Amino acid sequence: MRTLKKSWVGIVAILVSIPVFLVPFAFIILTAMKGKLDAADLGFTWPKKIELWDNIVGVVQARDGQALVAFINSTVLTVASVTLLVILASMVAFVLQRRPSRWNGLINFLVLSGLIIPPAVVPTITVLQGLQLFGTLPGLILIEVAFGMSFCVLLFRAFLATIPREVDEAAIIDGAGTLRLFFQVIFPLLRSVVITVIVVQSVVIFNDFTNPLYFLPGDANATVQLTLFNFQSEFNTSWNLLFTDILLITIPPLVMFLFFNRQIVAGLASGSVKG
Amino acid sequence: MATIPATALAPKRATSADRPPKKRKGIKSPYSMWFYLIPAIIYVVLFIAPTFASFFYSLTRWNLFTAQFIGFGNFVEFFQEQNLTQGLINTGIYAVVTSGLKVVLGMLIGVVLTSQIIARGYLRSVVFFPVLVSTIGVGITFAVLMNPTSGLINKSLALVGIQGPAWLTDPAWALLSVAFVDVWKGVGLATVIYIAGIVSIPVEYFEAAKMDGAGPFKNFTQIILPLARPATVTVIILSLIGGLRSFDLIWAMTRGGPGFTSDVIASVIYKQYQAGFYGLSTAGNVILFLLVTVIVMPLSWFLNRKEVY
Repeated sequence: MRTLKKSWVGIVAILVSIPVFLVPFAFIILTAMKGKLDAADLGFTWPKKIELWDNIVGVVQARDGQALVAFINSTVLTVASVTLLVILASMVAFVLQRRPSRWNGLINFLVLSGLIIPPAVVPTITVLQGLQLFGTLPGLILIEVAFGMSFCVLLFRAFLATIPREVDEAAIIDGAGTLRLFFQVIFPLLRSVVITVIVVQSVVIFNDFTNPLYFLPGDANATVQLTLFNFQSEFNTSWNLLFTDILLITIPPLVMFLFFNRQIVAGLASGSVKG
Repeated sequence: MATIPATALAPKRATSADRPPKKRKGIKSPYSMWFYLIPAIIYVVLFIAPTFASFFYSLTRWNLFTAQFIGFGNFVEFFQEQNLTQGLINTGIYAVVTSGLKVVLGMLIGVVLTSQIIARGYLRSVVFFPVLVSTIGVGITFAVLMNPTSGLINKSLALVGIQGPAWLTDPAWALLSVAFVDVWKGVGLATVIYIAGIVSIPVEYFEAAKMDGAGPFKNFTQIILPLARPATVTVIILSLIGGLRSFDLIWAMTRGGPGFTSDVIASVIYKQYQAGFYGLSTAGNVILFLLVTVIVMPLSWFLNRKEVY
């Protein structure tokens, strides 16, 4: 009786999850496989003829291969920003967690405000213009680093608190200097949280739309999210191509999800409820 | 996706690594302050300084080259012009609706997914995956699904005899429609936080309750609800911050339309920026900053104040 009741809840949950969560993704895939006319009526039907490959070629060739350029740009942006974030944020968190100083209160305050305060758009643009970095990929990389710093510092700091000080003391007694202590002794111990930071931040930065919109204008160096947004108005007669593009940019997060599901979930929920 | 680690909001617990080190006189600290240098430069130049500058520029008429001081003119405009005021009200509605629904649904799904049911792994994955998908992609997809006549949602509703609303093209529904999609995309994060919270409740409590003859409902109201409170606090604060700042989903689905009915502060900031009203746009930024601080700071203090144990 009891097991019957249990499976009943499960079956209801599965039945609800199909239209709510699976159908929208199925719709993306089906529309991406259709021909132009077939896709035009926006129906949830099996494609008359599967033209997925033609659609992929169509997306890549649209606007002189902008989608491909955008994909490269997004990859460079994501890899560079995440690399910088991991190194810089772990260094900050290390000193912040280990060394009490009168600055700590201020630093903690600044880190927390980074999570809450919405960035001031136009003043940031003028600063970037002053540095000759406005509209350039390096400029956007620095922006992503600045805006992502707080999140990463807090994750690293929480994890560093679980690494005993005795590790540091042993290394110092063995004659390790600052750099050696951090990069050869501590950093390797951060492996699991480094993976979490990499995975979460790359999904966030790859999916970022607002910052490229403001700080990297222009078609020449668009990112995938901007390209998708621009295709929305241009392809409103070719839904098949639009949805093929959506399908293509969903693949990187999907791969991350398949390989690192546990780390993502752990990272996002870590410590939230242990009071 | 919210980019805030939940650890930031939880009260801290002292660990062995937290204790102050012994003073070593004459020996340089192994934790060099210059580790701060590069991150501090990036952070201050690109985030802190612009934030401070925004307070000044919000009081000016500004074209990037000259800034003419006009006092509180921009703010007055925000509270007088109907389309801008609408943006302020909408921001509040959007934040409250999304965070309220995320708390309720996240807790409900969290409870279901921590009980012994079949296909738990599948359900967890399927609820969480939208969190990782591109917001723009989700926005475009749902804009199509919500098409009043040929969209899948209204076609399905028609099959069971319900006349669906015009969703994004109906001024009364546009903002709510976007909020629903936001909840669809974000409820996975709330669920994950609740799952972590419920799992951390000691099993003994449930065993004791069982001995006392508590049913599932009692379990929920007497054990899960009070003991998952830190999770609730986290979800409320995360989704309020996210909801108040939200821009890309609204921009992808309605661009603030029809008319100004689904404009929020963040989309007003972008529209004024595009139109070249940089002072007004920056004033929007300052208002958003004040709004987030005024709502989130006291709320997080109030919610974290009460201990459950």
